[in-house]
Amino acid sequence: MARRLPRKDVVIVGLGWTGSILAYELARTGLEVVAIERGPWRDTASDFNIGTAADELRYAVRHDVFLRPKQETLTMRNNPSQTALPIRKWGSFLPGNGVGGAGVHWNGQTWRFLPNDFRIRSHMTERYGEGIMPEGNHIQDWPVSYEELEPYYDKFEYVAGISGKAGNIKGAKQAGGNPFEGARERDYPTPPMKQGYAQELFTKAASGLGLHPFPRPSANISIAYTNPYGCSMAPCTYCGFCERFGCANYSKASPQTCVLPALIREPTFEARTDSEVTKVNLSKDGKTATGVTYVDLNGEEWEQPADLVLVCAYSLFNVRLLLLSGIGKPYDPQTNDGVVGRNYAYQTGSGSTAFFEDAKFNPFAAAGSLGAALDDYNSDNFDHGPHGFVGGASITCAYTNGRPILYHPTPRGTPTWGSKWKKAVSETYQRVTSVGAQGSVMSYRNNYLDLDPTYKDPLGRPLMRMTFDYQENERKMANWMADRCDEIAKAMGAKTTQVNRLNVPWSVVPYQTTHNTGGAVMGSDPKTSVLNRYLQSWDVSNVFVMGASAFPQNAGYNPTGTVGALTYWSLDAIKKYLKSPGPLVQL
Amino acid sequence: MQADGRLPRSRSSRPLTSKLKHADGVTRRSLLASAALVIMTKGVSARVVTKVLPWQPNEAYPIPPVVPGGYLFFTPTEAAVVDAVVDRLIPTDELGMGAKDAGVTTFIDRQLMGPYGGHEWLYMQGPFSSTPLPTQGLQSPLIPRQQYRLGLAALEAYCKTTFSGRTFVQLNTDEQEKLLTGMEKGEIQFQNFSSRMLFVAVYSNTMEGFFADPIYGGNRDMAGWKLVGFPGVRYDFRDVMEKPNQAYTLPPVGMQGRPAWGEN
Repeated sequence: MARRLPRKDVVIVGLGWTGSILAYELARTGLEVVAIERGPWRDTASDFNIGTAADELRYAVRHDVFLRPKQETLTMRNNPSQTALPIRKWGSFLPGNGVGGAGVHWNGQTWRFLPNDFRIRSHMTERYGEGIMPEGNHIQDWPVSYEELEPYYDKFEYVAGISGKAGNIKGAKQAGGNPFEGARERDYPTPPMKQGYAQELFTKAASGLGLHPFPRPSANISIAYTNPYGCSMAPCTYCGFCERFGCANYSKASPQTCVLPALIREPTFEARTDSEVTKVNLSKDGKTATGVTYVDLNGEEWEQPADLVLVCAYSLFNVRLLLLSGIGKPYDPQTNDGVVGRNYAYQTGSGSTAFFEDAKFNPFAAAGSLGAALDDYNSDNFDHGPHGFVGGASITCAYTNGRPILYHPTPRGTPTWGSKWKKAVSETYQRVTSVGAQGSVMSYRNNYLDLDPTYKDPLGRPLMRMTFDYQENERKMANWMADRCDEIAKAMGAKTTQVNRLNVPWSVVPYQTTHNTGGAVMGSDPKTSVLNRYLQSWDVSNVFVMGASAFPQNAGYNPTGTVGALTYWSLDAIKKYLKSPGPLVQL
Repeated sequence: MQADGRLPRSRSSRPLTSKLKHADGVTRRSLLASAALVIMTKGVSARVVTKVLPWQPNEAYPIPPVVPGGYLFFTPTEAAVVDAVVDRLIPTDELGMGAKDAGVTTFIDRQLMGPYGGHEWLYMQGPFSSTPLPTQGLQSPLIPRQQYRLGLAALEAYCKTTFSGRTFVQLNTDEQEKLLTGMEKGEIQFQNFSSRMLFVAVYSNTMEGFFADPIYGGNRDMAGWKLVGFPGVRYDFRDVMEKPNQAYTLPPVGMQGRPAWGEN
């Protein structure tokens, strides 16, 4: 039997980016806020110390800062006819754990989605007709527009200190920026990162092909910066230990660098770590949340009553918590009915590897978001008519790192060991670069999340089951993008190139991307969404759910910029809700 | 030595040098009760942080360096086979030290005694399927310690049967390479063990040991880093960004510095 703790105004599940931002903004208004985090407290000086942070084996290979599958994992299968089995070891994606969440170990690529991405169904059918929509799709417009989100993108970018070059300020195109981006009110808070030799070649080659390259917006920041919360960051040193690592330099935007120092000073805020929320508790009629139940390190169960419950865990675990709490109707692909778990999506990866005769790319001098990108083939920035697919990709030439356990490329056909392998590794490391396409994934009837019938976590609760594969539309798109990447790689002067097609069927083994989206999507119709346009549960109005779980489908970008914007957008709505509780959208 | 690969009883009084402090899943911070900073709500064993960042001077969580010499997991026979295998995978040649000379066997030995060797952080609850899809990844109940103990025994048995009583170590280089190639492709049938599973375990651990920081016992003299030109943990390459397409000439540095700096 759970023991009951004194009531709080707000309980927050998970203390990553979205949880820490909401905690700070609500605590500073005087509300009593408690954040409950299942992982440990982490901070820069202790946990990402410069003497210990640059350890590839510990962090990148053994996954020291990630959620341990032993504590929670998912089961997985490619389609509903198969039997799902547990992801025993992380591979394709790496969920975070602890204070800071995935904001600790991300690369820092911080994008705004394009205006068309938010009304993709309407836009594509208006321009190409219904016929372009792929079979079995669940593509739906977002219930919010780019123009509505613009001030909130701005807010997140300024809190995170993002380094970049605007391409469109109030409708005026800016040379050197992304000409396809939606109009922004002002430039990025800090200038773009320095680019390396490969980016120089890419920028020249792409411009020569009539494309529009620009420096990728980055949360590894280029100069010292103090954000509106008074938190200070230092310039990036291009050490090449970003993704899978905490930053020892205070150079990568994270809850640790950008929010926690301010948040912790709020006297009405308290963080409880090493405590896993097991359930959002509901009133008898199921229409109001009364708080949460959590389990501490000793296995003791506690009930934390609160007036407002903010679900801020990683996107996949938000969905699982809703399923385990009975908030919203679970999705059933047989009947195509229900909403929780519906519209799970991911990201495609394809491209071209470019081998040069003679070059010194120095791949170790790198940063998670260092790179030159172009958007000519993203969203609907090009004519989809001849291609027969929906969606697009951001195309980038980048080095995130040159860490040699996981990065020692050789040309295809090289033996995997022995003296010939050794020679190839030695000759290739400095002479290879790549052009990659990170593509959108649409939502489909048979790509979804639900509870697994067999496998349980250590507390005896069912694991979540992921049913996912790349559909024909994504295969066509990603493979077409690979050819575009190859054209650029050849124009850069590569001696030889290798086209990298989309790996199908989707496998949990090789790392691909931790951009898991959907499952608790926002929308304007409760029959096809879990949340209204303010990220408020349609069914339980004092529950708000943050994160990429709200995306109706995924765009051709990293999700964090949009997650940050949605958090600030929802915050304004939460403040309205607190003045006058109840559903913020009346049907 | 236990045949099932469980940890042998204390063979040495030395601490398990590669074991992380919080390998048992208990968060190390939860053990550091500092009254001023860690306020416990009455009876709650969660850690509570409020009003001030719980920062302490000089608090960090370094890896205890591996001390080479002897083996904690491998028997002398097993160590000799692993030496021979990793020496084929990354041989010493005109490009420099190979895996055996770079200490990779010691690296693997110490890793097997840590949380990795028991898959302690992984999801190891059953049921285990006998017909997993390739896309579903790791589905074996065998932990790395068992993979090595059982796999190496199966390899030795195979060699003795196939090569008229000779062990893997006694095969010539060509025979060893041919056998490893067959194991990699899964074409060699051991008795009661997957030859490919053993190959994959040794192969991935060899790459790890050859390229990981020397603090873990492999990559001696930073041989792996020198092979590709990785400068290690310098943590500041702003100078490189200023000089595109130029060779980097400074020697690599590890978490414990580099040999020219003397003993730690």
